[in-house]
Amino acid sequence: MDITFKDVDYTYQAGTPFESQALHDINLTIADHSFTAIIGHTGSGKSTLVQHLNALLKPTSGTVTIGERKITPETNNKHLKPLRQKVGMVFQFPESQLFEETVAKDIAFGPMNFGMSAEDAAKKAAEMLNLVGLPADLLERSPFDLSGGQMRRVAIAGVLAMTPEVLVLDEPTAGLDPAGRREIMGMVTQLHEKQHLTVILITHHMEDVASYADHVVVMEHGTIAKVGKPSDVFQDVAWLQERQLGVPETTEFAARLQKQGFHFDRLPLTEVELAAALLPQLPREAVQPHDE
Amino acid sequence: MMNKLLLGRFIPGHSLVHRLDPRSKLLLSFYYIGIIFLANNWQTYLVLFLFTILAVRLSEIKMSFFIRGVRPLIWLILFTVLLQVFFTRGGTTYWSWGPIVLSQFGIVNGIYIFMRFVLIIFMSTLLTLTTPPLSLADAIEAILKPLRVVHFPVYEVALMLSIALRFVPTLMDETEKIMNAQRARGVDFGEGNLFQQMRAVVPLLIPLFVSSFNRAEDLATAMEARGYQGGEGRSKYRVLVWHAIDSWSVVGFAILTVILIWLRA
Repeated sequence: MDITFKDVDYTYQAGTPFESQALHDINLTIADHSFTAIIGHTGSGKSTLVQHLNALLKPTSGTVTIGERKITPETNNKHLKPLRQKVGMVFQFPESQLFEETVAKDIAFGPMNFGMSAEDAAKKAAEMLNLVGLPADLLERSPFDLSGGQMRRVAIAGVLAMTPEVLVLDEPTAGLDPAGRREIMGMVTQLHEKQHLTVILITHHMEDVASYADHVVVMEHGTIAKVGKPSDVFQDVAWLQERQLGVPETTEFAARLQKQGFHFDRLPLTEVELAAALLPQLPREAVQPHDE
Repeated sequence: MMNKLLLGRFIPGHSLVHRLDPRSKLLLSFYYIGIIFLANNWQTYLVLFLFTILAVRLSEIKMSFFIRGVRPLIWLILFTVLLQVFFTRGGTTYWSWGPIVLSQFGIVNGIYIFMRFVLIIFMSTLLTLTTPPLSLADAIEAILKPLRVVHFPVYEVALMLSIALRFVPTLMDETEKIMNAQRARGVDFGEGNLFQQMRAVVPLLIPLFVSSFNRAEDLATAMEARGYQGGEGRSKYRVLVWHAIDSWSVVGFAILTVILIWLRA
């Protein structure tokens, strides 16, 4: 399911003195089965952009095409359910959407809204809880008794249970410890690789962009400043830093080495790439193991 | 949905009305609602109308905002007006059907009632459009202060009011966010029969309650951490100052009152 933005503008509170244009002239294609990261500093329009993916927001002008479905300013608010089932959306701090008595019921809530039987939905809930790495005995617990990280995973399970084709995640790892972050990101990668979900990830972690995404969209003041492969976008360290954005630590380290006389054809994004690029440049005796 | 909730929202500005002391604005608005009942003929309504238009012009806010303030109440107004029109007897009777009559007095009364509603709404909209909610809370606190003599908890009420007003936008954002999250999970708000609509509210209300309680606790902790110990002896960050324009506004209202008494039938 390809997603295409064509000349999309979006204005909040149009026609009032509080109106503010959040998106200007967005043209973007997100390919089927791709892993796209969206970066940009706070207020650059990332969240507004992704809310167009399942018609929570409709463009003020322009067209968003999601698979077969075209969303224009005139699109009726009814009959959007099939679209919302296909595009699963995990908002920032998704644990705030939990409301049911038990974890099982909360995960089953989405699928049942899209017409799944209670029985199938319960099965699905157990399956999804396992997928997000939580033990089955949590199923009958109240979601409000869980820890923050567990609640986050239950909420993500609730979205995954809708069996979407596109998964949108808005800073899914915000506020989690490093282990929690690795687990969530590992889970997302698995879904992308094994179930071929199209993943769209908003993040401030450049390491995540470098290790998981195959495309990156840089947003600035409601426009798209740059689109490309992470390895291309992260070459221009100064350009990104001017936009209050960083580069992966490895890349920054390499850029500093470059100033001290090392040479890189392309700045590396990961430690492995860095090591490979550094090895031939180091003096021989420094590389060879000391036997004596 | 946020566009609809604009009614009565503060619009920043530096007009004469914006700069008035919130205490005088609040008291004069109440006073205005009182003296509207002095009007009982077309001359007095005309004077009130012109006075209100003048106040609106002085605020430098577009007329459309005031008209928008009338819109949500239009059915209530029309209902009241129609009751007046069809059940008042007197003067020439144009048409009648059982207890329902269309009389000269009825029509005139209907127009007056309509005017009264519109003028009151305009003036109260003017108050909320030109006064930041927190200033309004300060004004209420200042006005309630004498009640301390009878051990009325003025500071606590004022604090509750300020906190409530402060969190209205936060709560609105939160509502929007949770509605979106549940919409993404297939909830249709405002669709289906009454029972379905009521059921759709549950996934919205429970998370809102949970987050409000959490926020209240956080806020209490934050206030204690910064040494809050109740209002007694507390100084103010925003000090209310009575200016010359406040006195002139009072004079303006006094003149209006005199004219109304002089012109009324």
